[in-house]
Amino acid sequence: MNFSKPRLLLLLASFLLIGLYLFPLWRITLEAAQFPGGLRLNIWISKFSGDEGGGNIINNINILNHYIGMQDIEPDAIPELKYFPYVVGTMISLGVLFVAVDKTLGYFLWSAILSILALLAVYDFYLWLYDYGHNLDPMAPIKIEGMAFMPPVFGEKDLLNFYVRSYPRLGSIFLFLSVAVSGLACWIKWKDK
Amino acid sequence: MKNLFIAILAVMLISSVVYMGCSRKDASSIVQGNAASEAYVPPGEYDEFYAFMSGGFSGQITAYGLPSGRLLKEIPVFSVCPENGYGFSEETKAMFQTSYGDVPWDDSHHIELSQTDGEFDGRWLFVNANNTPRIARVDLSTFETVEILEIPDVAGLHCAPFITENSEYLVSGTRFSVPIPQEDVSISTYKENFKGLINYVSVDEESGEMELSFQIEMPGFNYDLARNGKGKSHGWSFLTTYNSEQAYSLLEVNASQRDKDLLAIVNWKKAEEYLAQGKANTRQTSYYHNLMDHSSHIAESTEMTTSQILTPADCPGMVYFIPVPKSPHGCDVDPTGEYIVGNGKLSADMSIYSFDKLMAAIEQEDFADEIAGIPVINYESGLHGILTKPGLGPLHTEFDGKGNAYTTFFISSEVVKWDVEELEVLDRQSTFYSPGHLVIPGGETRKPFGKYLVAMNKITKDRYLPTGPELAHSAQLFDISGEKMRLLLDFPTKGEPHYAQAIPADLVQPNALKFYPIEDNTHPYVAKGEGQAKVERNGNEVHVSMTAIRSHLAPDNIEGIKLGDEVYFHVTNLEQDWDVPHGFAIQGANNAEILIMPGQTRTLKWQPRRVGVFAFYCTDFCSALHQEMSGYVRVSPSGSDVPLMWGLNDENHSEESL
Repeated sequence: MNFSKPRLLLLLASFLLIGLYLFPLWRITLEAAQFPGGLRLNIWISKFSGDEGGGNIINNINILNHYIGMQDIEPDAIPELKYFPYVVGTMISLGVLFVAVDKTLGYFLWSAILSILALLAVYDFYLWLYDYGHNLDPMAPIKIEGMAFMPPVFGEKDLLNFYVRSYPRLGSIFLFLSVAVSGLACWIKWKDK
Repeated sequence: MKNLFIAILAVMLISSVVYMGCSRKDASSIVQGNAASEAYVPPGEYDEFYAFMSGGFSGQITAYGLPSGRLLKEIPVFSVCPENGYGFSEETKAMFQTSYGDVPWDDSHHIELSQTDGEFDGRWLFVNANNTPRIARVDLSTFETVEILEIPDVAGLHCAPFITENSEYLVSGTRFSVPIPQEDVSISTYKENFKGLINYVSVDEESGEMELSFQIEMPGFNYDLARNGKGKSHGWSFLTTYNSEQAYSLLEVNASQRDKDLLAIVNWKKAEEYLAQGKANTRQTSYYHNLMDHSSHIAESTEMTTSQILTPADCPGMVYFIPVPKSPHGCDVDPTGEYIVGNGKLSADMSIYSFDKLMAAIEQEDFADEIAGIPVINYESGLHGILTKPGLGPLHTEFDGKGNAYTTFFISSEVVKWDVEELEVLDRQSTFYSPGHLVIPGGETRKPFGKYLVAMNKITKDRYLPTGPELAHSAQLFDISGEKMRLLLDFPTKGEPHYAQAIPADLVQPNALKFYPIEDNTHPYVAKGEGQAKVERNGNEVHVSMTAIRSHLAPDNIEGIKLGDEVYFHVTNLEQDWDVPHGFAIQGANNAEILIMPGQTRTLKWQPRRVGVFAFYCTDFCSALHQEMSGYVRVSPSGSDVPLMWGLNDENHSEESL
């Protein structure tokens, strides 16, 4: 088997996706006077986590959110956390398959699917945040006319007493690198043709 | 006439200046350098040391930060505490069980922190109860009292609980000798009937649990204070005694007649051998061991009925005496373990003994006398030397690890620094006023941290704004890092601190527990979620398993309670975050409130006295909607047919729904 540059790059791109299982994708940090150092919610491909020794972060955030009538974050009720690991697994297998087949179309197909999936994931994240931020219980103790409590997808924002930061973490960087490396593989493959 | 007027005015001015100069020590004359900034810990920063002070007549312990002198927490130990329900909640009542029944107060004197290899390990704190003899253990990860052990057949457990260098034992002695076993005899038969006990309580290496290992029956003196050997003297205990006159009335005169009293020297390793050989007599007695379960948070009380007694006459080589000048108080061992300081409070001099010389004298049987089968070593033979006229009324000594000792003088109201080896006074500083104990961080261990010294004064007088006839006691912080001691700070203290120990925060802070994991809670009435909240009736006992979370109690509406019922509110705090306690109080409760830490269940018993609807609420300001965290109980006449019903937000449950 001839290990040309594009093949190695596509293989690398596929394996970079393993990073999605090892590191959180995103982090939302809530800062307020009463929480020195802030509360950190790490979003992984299949779960949430907080700080070591900080208790159950989801419960602690839900307790705070119930005052504004935000629905509880229930990891069991978020289907993405269940099927995303399989989607990524499928992409890795598909990548390895296309490396074996070594057709230009395979390269482009893989790179395109991954890019679309990455964009869809961010859009999906936006939809969840929109839902949490806007779909509020009308019986909430704290109601502020015209105020939504949607955390930013990317960036920083004031939400009542909290200053919220939302940024990608290492898992997303692996995803981005995978997209970039697969693009490079396509380009070299196309050029060599 | 005019001249006379001017002369009178001048005399008045001069005398007022002189008067002011004499009446009160001017702070500027005794505080040198930038003392304020040295004791100043800026907002948001931590103190370098924790200082744990006994509470004396408060029965509690206070934790202060050093050098700031800021009060961090009062830990309830021997006295009930309505503020958090300690001693009032059903879970904690058993902590106060003794062979005299429930004893809700005591007098706590001496703090001992656990040690490994002669150094503080930051695991536990032990403290004695003077009045109804007991020793308590506080867990330094939670700052809560987790165990109390009664000591039988002693009276006034002042001489306690002195720890050995690997926390093998807590050594204690009776302050008041009494008939053993107790019996109805004339007080004037003191000499023939009264005895003193020296007690060895073992500490479990892993759990810290205490057990009365053995007691040594001693002549009927007053055993006052003690220390254990360290390093080369490890395995020995040293205890001061007074009233070797064996007076039983007007002790201030009759117990102060002899020129010398005695220092008891116990070879506890030898005692262990005799115990293993079966030399101890088993005596029937009664004392209680109260232990807090760390999963259910329920204290359990167990009566113990036997004690192992060793008698010096049957156990040669186990106990010795050596004379010590007049009514000694503290007995302190230097960091090397070689020097033992006898603080003869009515003597003008201090006797410092040498461990090597004591051992040589024992070897050579250099004895002057024998009391009840206990050899009395010749005074001069065991002596390292005498510190002559260091001050008046020496009480206690601590060490800085650089060869210096620091002794408090009650009568001359000062702290004196002296060289242990050379027996030479190096410095003296006044205290305000009349210090009892003093503490240097690690000052009684093999590795003192030096740096600071806190003198705990018995008399306060004019140091602070007056507060009526009763004044707070006063502590004074000195910097001892230089050649001369420098006064940095005065701060008032709670209760009457006797002894204190101070430990670097680094050894305690990393172990601080933030909340109790709720999955570990094994309380029989725990509700680990609102779905488990319920009310159950069993005859006239009603058990409410209630939950607390920001910002509501569940259930918060309860009906079907009748006059004559005993209602137990078992409140579980569902929070799993730091610094979110909830409280629970109900109108007309004849006991107290309860504070419930996150993950914990606490129970308040309530007996309704009237028909009506009564409010209960959270007492610990927990959140923005804390004021809404409340509920109602409906109380119906006895025999009423109002069904038992409970709910939250109109979702009601009854016994059928269980």
